[in-house]
Amino acid sequence: MKREEIISLIREKLEGKIINWTEKSPRRIYVEARPEDIPEISRCLFRDLEARFSIATGTDTPSAMEVLYHWAFDQCGMFFSVRTKLNREKPEIESITAICRGAEWIEREMWELLGITFHNHPDMRHLLLSDDWPAGKYPLRRDYVR
Amino acid sequence: MAKTTIIPIGPYHPLQEEPEFFRLHVEGEKVVGLDIEIGYNHRGIEKLSESKTYEQTVFLVERICGICSTSHPLACVQAVEDAGEVKVPERALYIRSVIGELERLHSHLLWLGLAGHFLGFNTVWMWAWRYRETVLELFELITGNRNHYGMMKPGGVRRDIRTEDLPAIKKMVANLKGPLCLFRDAVTDDPLIHARLQGVGTLTKQQAIDYCALGPTARASGVARDVRKDHPHLAYGRVDWNIITAKNGDVFDKAMVRILEMLESVKIIEQCLEALKTVSGPIDANPKSIKPGEGIGTYEAPRGEVIHYILSDGGNRPARHKIRAPSFMNVATNQTTVIGHSVADATIILAAVDPCYCCTERMAAVDAGSGRRICSSGELIRLSQEKTARLKKELGLEGPRLAIKA
Repeated sequence: MKREEIISLIREKLEGKIINWTEKSPRRIYVEARPEDIPEISRCLFRDLEARFSIATGTDTPSAMEVLYHWAFDQCGMFFSVRTKLNREKPEIESITAICRGAEWIEREMWELLGITFHNHPDMRHLLLSDDWPAGKYPLRRDYVR
Repeated sequence: MAKTTIIPIGPYHPLQEEPEFFRLHVEGEKVVGLDIEIGYNHRGIEKLSESKTYEQTVFLVERICGICSTSHPLACVQAVEDAGEVKVPERALYIRSVIGELERLHSHLLWLGLAGHFLGFNTVWMWAWRYRETVLELFELITGNRNHYGMMKPGGVRRDIRTEDLPAIKKMVANLKGPLCLFRDAVTDDPLIHARLQGVGTLTKQQAIDYCALGPTARASGVARDVRKDHPHLAYGRVDWNIITAKNGDVFDKAMVRILEMLESVKIIEQCLEALKTVSGPIDANPKSIKPGEGIGTYEAPRGEVIHYILSDGGNRPARHKIRAPSFMNVATNQTTVIGHSVADATIILAAVDPCYCCTERMAAVDAGSGRRICSSGELIRLSQEKTARLKKELGLEGPRLAIKA
């Protein structure tokens, strides 16, 4: 599929679910979506449009806990990154592991390093930190002190 | 119901990079389950990177892995350049590709040698590492270092390849072709290697897609995925080369993909060196600052796509730096490939994704009840080598012949 075809399919299938569309360059697109729409968007990108889940970036910003899902369209060399903003006080979102197996570890990582809860994750336990890591201490948060 | 025994593989050793821990669930000789634990040596590099300037960040990520020590810098500088919309001079693109492909050669040869050792073909091990030495000498000649080359920087490269060095470099690269063809023929034609590796540790195409597997692990399963081709960057769009794929996804195909890929790497390097004769100009765009924004950089490391994401707030250091190495996606595929195979095959299956270090060297089986060590790394490798010896006898075969001409 060509780039234009993919973009028009995304626009058509995900109409109303994408809030903000920014084309930084022809090969880098950043969009924003509501947290509740992430599973449907992920399903559509991964299953219907055959995008590859590359990775997700969790970032603690002053206003929100952000998760940026990077989807690669290898057919046309494009990265399509879907940003969603979670409540900083109680960040939670539905897991996409059931849709895309490759997301299992990164969701565990974001949970332990940033304190984001992924609902319905099949195996939520520590990935990088030790099992006796103190609860409620998240090393990638801005306010983290050792 | 058969009794399940747990064999923990990978005791943690602080001197090694990236320790991993596999817990094999075994019934008799058959593996029935696998737990993977990573993070024994979590270094917090993403956090650390936020306290470094962009130039320093490159040196930091170079130390993520001693084997892929240019893949991370390549992805990192491209992420910074993507964020800051920096245009890299053409000559630097060719030099970057040469360094990247040399790294693939040394990494694949390293893997090939270890795989040979695990299977009991120590001649393969010695020869593969002998020719890897040529690659390390090439690194020394071009970059001044045998490892951790320090070549990448945002905007270009730190050192030029001198015109007077080109003939020597070309000769050394050309000399690699003979041995690589020999390895290819030795593996392709040898019935003992077929018996040992075909149908072992198979990852199907659909599984490779579901796990988002990368690099040779995915390509061996028929997923033609390679960011050098798919997301054209550096000089890869300007030279002629092919993506190597196979269709069965077993350990044999993973080995074949790596061996054939090395021949493609030589092809790429030779074309880049030829281009360097005519493409002149600066090797560094020397960006003074990175404007606010975000950028993604990828590079096809020997094990698959490395991706770096940089968030710039306009300062001289990243506000957020996300790093994902290919093993993060590939190691998880072991959860499916090792099931149903014998313990003697587990060593080579777990090593077939080429996890960023040799996990098997730290293997040990421990009695779960008493904590007593019952099976050391040496013994697990011995189990694997014995299987080869047994097959050798049963099939009346000799093993790969490596008649290397001096």
